[in-house]
Amino acid sequence: MSEIPTELRYLSSHEWVRVEDGVATVGITAHAQEAMGDLVYVETPEVGTTLSAGDEAGVVESVKAASDIYSPVSGEVIEVNELLEDAPETVNSDPYGAGWMFKVEVSDESDLNNTLTADEYQAQIEDE
Amino acid sequence: MLKRTVLFDSHLEAGAKMVDFSGWEMPIHYGSQMEEHHAVRQDAGMFDVSHMTVVDITGPGARDYLRFLLANDVAKLKTPGKALYTAMLNPQGGVIDDLIVYNLPGDDYRAVVNCATRDKDLAWMQEQTNGYEVQVKERPDYAMLAVQGPNAIAKTCAVGGQQRAAVIESLKPFQGAEAYDWFAARTGYTGEDGLEIMVPADQAPALWRQLLDAGVAPCGLGARDTLRLEAGMNLYGSDMDETISPLAAGMGWTLAWDPATRNFIGRQALEHQKAEGLGQKQVGLVLESRGVMRAHQKVIVDNIGEGEITSGTFSPTLGYSIALARVPAATGDTASVEIRGKQHPVKVVRPPFVRHGKAVL
Repeated sequence: MSEIPTELRYLSSHEWVRVEDGVATVGITAHAQEAMGDLVYVETPEVGTTLSAGDEAGVVESVKAASDIYSPVSGEVIEVNELLEDAPETVNSDPYGAGWMFKVEVSDESDLNNTLTADEYQAQIEDE
Repeated sequence: MLKRTVLFDSHLEAGAKMVDFSGWEMPIHYGSQMEEHHAVRQDAGMFDVSHMTVVDITGPGARDYLRFLLANDVAKLKTPGKALYTAMLNPQGGVIDDLIVYNLPGDDYRAVVNCATRDKDLAWMQEQTNGYEVQVKERPDYAMLAVQGPNAIAKTCAVGGQQRAAVIESLKPFQGAEAYDWFAARTGYTGEDGLEIMVPADQAPALWRQLLDAGVAPCGLGARDTLRLEAGMNLYGSDMDETISPLAAGMGWTLAWDPATRNFIGRQALEHQKAEGLGQKQVGLVLESRGVMRAHQKVIVDNIGEGEITSGTFSPTLGYSIALARVPAATGDTASVEIRGKQHPVKVVRPPFVRHGKAVL
């Protein structure tokens, strides 16, 4: 069973989000990276882009397939993980840590109400 | 219910992730597709290809029958065991399947056809036997392992015993032979040296175990696909099918036009296409910037027209994306590929991309 940290919130499309001091950090879950296999390319949004919750924010590609990344929250992108440009495999080795993808200055924290708890996300992937 | 090969339990034991592949439950990878890919390029890996269909073609009319059935000419097979890669065409010149045919002792033949096309292939092959003294018989009693990589032959010989090793070591590239109760051939689908071995099905799990112990890495269909694409080899159903001419799929070299007196199925249609000009050709594409080309993406050739990617992937050996594409015949050295609405410039090259572990661009 893949790791699903209880302190994070999730989207059914397999992103995780951590909000601290009004800033949301977003990545993809251990389950998602496992299903995709070795990642070879990560496209992050551009810093300064304004996203709405549910917007496409980037793409991850493995040897097998491409998958869109959606933003769980609305707000401006203030930082992206530049390490992933040369080392996309970091997402495989540390999806919840060094493999984070982008940070958003959250404009409306109530967006989080539409995300899943760890238990809800766990239930969803068990159904897949 | 999905079909399983005799090695199903061996795959689970090796940690395989299994997927549905044309009705067969097959390993896609055993943890990391990339590591499996590198194992084949640098050392030795093995693939269970028992889902593929082995067909024996025997009888006094076998040779004449195959010279009519296949677009390449089995009369070229002058050394015992020699193998031929060929298309089997329909009368319209479309590709029913691509296959390898081996010359067996006594002018019998053995073909290996794709698993997804098994039923239609066997029906078609049977239908064409009219007027020939020939038997077409499937060999489900064989399991098949592809052991590939620079150390594949040495590692296989080490576990196969002296008798088999002597036969295997004598094989030239693209040649097969009975090695005691195996049929071993120096062929493959990776661009590396190696073997494709047919073994009596009940012996396959023990052989798998011995090869594992000898350090041969189990490899799944994922690595099989990236390896064959780097080697510039077609995948049936992606790079060609019944609606595609072999001339538009990079298979011109497999068509035996001489002697002109040999009639084979599809010949007339192909001669017509050749005279008229086909308008399309297969090329390789290289994307050196970031991103990954995938099948069905659009290829744009300035002032000439458009084409389509038929297979695309990230190349683990090269570190960037490569693809096979069908493009207008007048396409030159450059084109663009549309990935998620954005055009990316690509180099147009002649496949293969990788051969014997090295880039050949």
